[in-house]
Amino acid sequence: MIPAIVIALYLVVISYIGSVAFRRSKGNTEDFFLASRGIGGIVFFLWIFATNMTAFAILGSSGAAYRGGIGIFGLMATSSALVIPLSIFVIGTRLWALGKRFGHQTQVQFFRDRWECSTTGTIIFALSAIMLVPYMIISIIGGGEVLANISTNGPGTPPLIPYWMGCAIVALVVTINVFFGGMRGVVWVNVFQTILFLLFGLVAVMTISSLIPGGFTSRVEHMLQNPKAAALLTRGRMDPRYFWSYTLVPLSSIMFPHMAIMCFSARKMSAFKRTVVLYPLAIMAIWLPCVFLGAVGASLIPGLKGPEADSILLRLLAQYAPPVLAGVLGAGIISAVMGSDCHQVLALSTMFTKDIFSYYGGQEKYGERGSVAFARGFIVVVTVIAYLIALQRPENIFELATRYAFTGFASLAPIMIAALFWKRSTKYGALAATLWVGASVALAGYLQNTHKAVPTGPVPVWGDVLYLQPLTSGGSLVFMGFHPVVPILVGSALLVWLVSLVTPAPSQKTIDRYFNLTAPAEPALAETAA
Amino acid sequence: MKWLLVLLVLVVYALHQDTWNFPKTEPFLGPLPIGLAYHALYCVIAAALLAVLVRFAWPAELEEVESLAPQSAEGGHE
Repeated sequence: MIPAIVIALYLVVISYIGSVAFRRSKGNTEDFFLASRGIGGIVFFLWIFATNMTAFAILGSSGAAYRGGIGIFGLMATSSALVIPLSIFVIGTRLWALGKRFGHQTQVQFFRDRWECSTTGTIIFALSAIMLVPYMIISIIGGGEVLANISTNGPGTPPLIPYWMGCAIVALVVTINVFFGGMRGVVWVNVFQTILFLLFGLVAVMTISSLIPGGFTSRVEHMLQNPKAAALLTRGRMDPRYFWSYTLVPLSSIMFPHMAIMCFSARKMSAFKRTVVLYPLAIMAIWLPCVFLGAVGASLIPGLKGPEADSILLRLLAQYAPPVLAGVLGAGIISAVMGSDCHQVLALSTMFTKDIFSYYGGQEKYGERGSVAFARGFIVVVTVIAYLIALQRPENIFELATRYAFTGFASLAPIMIAALFWKRSTKYGALAATLWVGASVALAGYLQNTHKAVPTGPVPVWGDVLYLQPLTSGGSLVFMGFHPVVPILVGSALLVWLVSLVTPAPSQKTIDRYFNLTAPAEPALAETAA
Repeated sequence: MKWLLVLLVLVVYALHQDTWNFPKTEPFLGPLPIGLAYHALYCVIAAALLAVLVRFAWPAELEEVESLAPQSAEGGHE
C-alpha cells in the first residue's frame, strides 16, 4: 500500500508539471511540438536520454538477464553506448542544422523537401507510425505491470491496483502531460524523471546488496558453484555473430521519429556536445545494475517463466526493500516508462499533424490553433488505442520491442544517411528501401509468430539458414547466425544505392540548397501538397 | 587527423566484440562477472572517444546556420 501511495504522489507531481507547462504555451505548432526550438544545456541531455530509456531498459533488460544471463548488457547496452551517441554526433547535428535552416519539424518534412517527393514521404510516415505504436504500447504494459506488482500486500495476494487499472493510470497521466504541456511539458517532466531513474539503479543495488544474506559477493560465488546458475554470469552460450549483429540495432535510435524531432528542437548545436559524451556513462548507470540484479535475481527468486521474468526487479524490491523505498524505486521505474511514452505519443501527434493533416491542407484551412487542437485530439485517440492493445499483453516486453520496432527503424538508417550525405540519392531509392524494410519486418514478424521456439534447441524455419533460437536464448529469429537486422539493413542500403543510380536525381537547385546550407535564402513557397 | 579519428572509432567498435571473455566466469571488480566489468569499462572508453570526437571533429561549419535567416522548405511535389 505504501509504495502505491508514493507512486500516486509521483504521478500527481508529473501531472502538475504538465499543467504549468500548459500555462506557458503560446498556442502555435512550433511551440507545441518543439517548445519553440529552445531546449539547451544539460536539459537537452536529460531529455534525449529519457527518450531512449523505456520499460525495456529497466524491466526488459533485467528480465532478459534473468532468462539468458549477463550477455544482454553487451548485446544491447554497450552497443547503444557507442552507436547512439555516434549517430547523434554524425546525423543529429546535421538534422539540427537543416531544421534551423528550413524549418523542418519532422523527418518526413525533410525527406519530402530533400527528394522533391510527396507520396514517398507519406509511405515513410506510414511505416514509421506503424513501427512506433508497439514501442509505445510496451511503455503502457510496463507501467501497468509496475503498478500491479508494487501494490500487492504480499505473495499470492491480488494487487490493489490491477494490471488494467495500472495501464489506465499511466495512459491517463501521459495524456494529460502531453495534451496540455506539449513538448515543453514533456521536457520538464523528463528532466525530473531522468534524475529519478538515474538514481534508481544505484539505490536499488545498494539496498538489495545490504539486505541479501552475505551480499552480492557471496551470492555470485554461490551461483558459480552451480553450472546452470554460473551460465547466467557468462556469455558462453552466445553466438559471436549474433552478438556482433546487435551493434547495428542501435542505429534505430536516430531513426525513431521522436529522436529526429528532438534534434530539431535544440536551441544551439553546442547542446549536442555534452549529450554525446555523457550518454555512454548514463547507459552504464541504468543498465549495469538492472542486468546484474536480473542475473543474480535468478538465484534469489528462481522459477519465473516467460514474461514473468520481466518483473524480477520489482519482486526483488518487494522482498528486500522497505516499503517506502520500494515505492520510490517503483516511481523510478515508472519514470522510465512514462518518459519515453510521452515522447512517443507527442511524436505520433507531431507526425500526423505536420506530415498528414497540415501537408494535405489542414493547417491552411484551420490555421495554427486548429492544428494544435487536431494534435491534441489525436493524442487522446492514439493513447486509448494503445491502452486497449496493452490490455491484451501482447508477448513479453523485450521481444515485442526488438522484433517489430528496433529492427525496422535501424534498417531505415541508410535512407537518412543517403539523404544527408549523398547528393545523388533519389526518392525512388528511398521508396524501394522503405517498401523492403516494411515487407521484411512484416515477414519476420509473421515467421516468428507462426513458429514456436522451444527451450531444448533451435527450431528451423528455413533449414539452417533461418531458424528460431532456443527459448533460453530469447527465442528470436536468426538468419545464418545473425540477427535479422543484418539482411534487412544490407538490403535497404543496397536498394537505396542501386535504385538511386538508375533513377533521376533531384534538381540541382535542391541539391545546392541542401549541400550548401549557408547560401542566400530563396523566396519561400507554400509547404503543402501540390 | 581525420583518418586517425576514423581508425580510432573502428578500433573502439571492434573492442566491443570481446569474444575472448565469452566463456569466462571469474568475477572482476568485486562481485561483477568479467563480462559485465569489461563492458562497464567499455562505456567509459566510448565516452572518452566521443569527447575526442567533440574536441577534434566537431562540425563547426553547421553552426553557421544559427546566424542566417530561416529559409522555408519547398515541400514535396510529385
